[in-house]
Amino acid sequence: MATDMNATVSADHDLECSNVCKNFGSVQAVKDVSFEIPSGSFFSILGPSGCGKTTLMRMIAGFEDPSSGDIRIKGRSVLNVPPNKRNVKMVFQHLALFPMMNVFENIAYGLRCIGTDRDEIKRKVNDVLHRIALPDVGSREIHQLSGGQKQRIAIARCMVLDPDVLLLDEPLGALDLKLREAMKIELKLLQHQFDTTFVYITHDQSEALVMSDRVAVMNEGRFEQIGAPQELYHRPQTAFVAGFVGDSNRWSGRVAARSGDEVAVETAGGLTVRCRAGAGAEIAVGQQVELFVRPEFIDLSRGGGGEGGLAGTIESLLFNGANSRALVRLSTGDHVEVDVTLTGGPEDVKPGEAVSLAWAPANAVCFPGGARR
Amino acid sequence: MNYRAVRRLSLILLFAPFALWILLLIVLPHIGMGILSLREKVAPRVYEFGFGNYIGFFTEPIYWHILARTAFMSLFVTAIALLIGFPVAYYVAKIAGPRSRGAMFMLCLIPLWVSDLIRAFGWILLLRETGLISGFLQWTGLAAEPVEMLYNDASVIIGLVYTVMLFMIVPLTSTLEGMDDAMVEAGYNLGGNGFTVLRRIIIPYAMPGIVSGCIIVFMLTAGSYLTPVLLGGKNSSWFTQTIYDQFITRYNWESGAAFGFLLLIFTSLVVWIGLKLSGQTLSSTVARS
Repeated sequence: MATDMNATVSADHDLECSNVCKNFGSVQAVKDVSFEIPSGSFFSILGPSGCGKTTLMRMIAGFEDPSSGDIRIKGRSVLNVPPNKRNVKMVFQHLALFPMMNVFENIAYGLRCIGTDRDEIKRKVNDVLHRIALPDVGSREIHQLSGGQKQRIAIARCMVLDPDVLLLDEPLGALDLKLREAMKIELKLLQHQFDTTFVYITHDQSEALVMSDRVAVMNEGRFEQIGAPQELYHRPQTAFVAGFVGDSNRWSGRVAARSGDEVAVETAGGLTVRCRAGAGAEIAVGQQVELFVRPEFIDLSRGGGGEGGLAGTIESLLFNGANSRALVRLSTGDHVEVDVTLTGGPEDVKPGEAVSLAWAPANAVCFPGGARR
Repeated sequence: MNYRAVRRLSLILLFAPFALWILLLIVLPHIGMGILSLREKVAPRVYEFGFGNYIGFFTEPIYWHILARTAFMSLFVTAIALLIGFPVAYYVAKIAGPRSRGAMFMLCLIPLWVSDLIRAFGWILLLRETGLISGFLQWTGLAAEPVEMLYNDASVIIGLVYTVMLFMIVPLTSTLEGMDDAMVEAGYNLGGNGFTVLRRIIIPYAMPGIVSGCIIVFMLTAGSYLTPVLLGGKNSSWFTQTIYDQFITRYNWESGAAFGFLLLIFTSLVVWIGLKLSGQTLSSTVARS
């Protein structure tokens, strides 16, 4: 990544999409999506199911044709290139390893298709098996592999062909939680090792945040925001991003006052809370807004009625190790999730205790609401 | 009666019809036939144990000629049924939508509602000298006089392919339905063209269905009687006809029984070779579909 990123823009981008649209009959699955991915980076497309991310990926792979717009790989348009001629390889959701071939044959398949000679195939397959740290599985059948091994074979099968871009379609979805956590780190390491552009499709925000250099949040066929994981998390640009990326407490309310960036919002329950206006959001006094506060930014202190704080009682504790939460019921009846540290000692908060909640206005954000939920 | 006894009783009751069927309709008759085929006729109503009936088959070239011809034609019918059935099965399983899939399956099933005999007569109506096709050819002027299209190998093959087609399509469809579409897409994505994907991915995946369909079709064809007789006439030389002749015309049950066994052994041998060549087992193919 030491190369100068500013030199000749298009050559540095492995994949560019400009104004890509896709219609299925009267349904518009992908609406005017544009982005470019710098070489060698890990790019994620994050969105709820049915947001069009799979359609977008199938267009990049060549299984669907865009209704309009252009897709360029290494600066060259691939619109009229059939899927088997594009140097974009794909790891399928259920991997789609060929069960009638062993591991070696699975990896060699692509090389055979381009007519590599026998010795070269052997060398390349063994080489890629070493790189994924599974040097001795060549003669195994697919059903003899564990979930994580299958995953790595599916990636190796693509990487042996030296693709410009590797597409991954929620490949971790079928794994159990523990393995999924391990594979997240492994995928990131593999991406570093192969130094290839990865485009990762997922609906799981933690996968996207942990692995990616950049993440695009997609909703209803449109890109809501593209940015580094931290940027999306701390500076969401739309209400959807604020609600979808990470956990948030959410209120709807009306703007009571505004001074500079700071906004006072009166919620439906009658609370008045202070927050900042979302970047680029037009917020005027009297407007309906959606307000988001993350559980980790809320300070919880014992005893009701702290200065400027919201009074409430702890309704229950949701213990989850370091990610434990308290569910606080405010005097207005709203529920708020707050991160707490539970050590198991006597100083822990307990259900039924009176507490007060407070947060810095900069850590709460509001967006114009009502238009979209 | 305790729970265990009830379970055992229900198992016995469930199993009984199956056991009776196997025993009474398959095992016993075959034992009888086996004994019959090993009796040599030395004088009227005098029999001796011996392999004379089997030796008779091998010393008379016409018999094993007919058996070889039957086997060859059956293999040919199987191959044609596979060539036609595979695209149909692929279309039904992978390309057709879920709603039209059921309808298409029904269409494949409809011919089964009509008996073999009527279906063969249907072909006779079409192919005979005064039949529809001959009439049409004369009407258009392509043929000056009536054309006889019955009573040759081609008409036998057409009729047999038509009769057994369904038994090829059903196992193929059920195997292909189990194939993940992503597998075909992966085949293209990794650089394969249509032919490579078919040869390296779809056909190997469908192999159990292909072998199972071929076994069923081959056995049905080699053992069929009605279609070759009706469409091929007296000279169609199908081996089942020879067996029939021995039993009914010549009233030589001993030789007929021996021929029956030879047909069974021979077709089993062909199936076994087929399984060995395709690297499949009976349990991975016929038992699965």
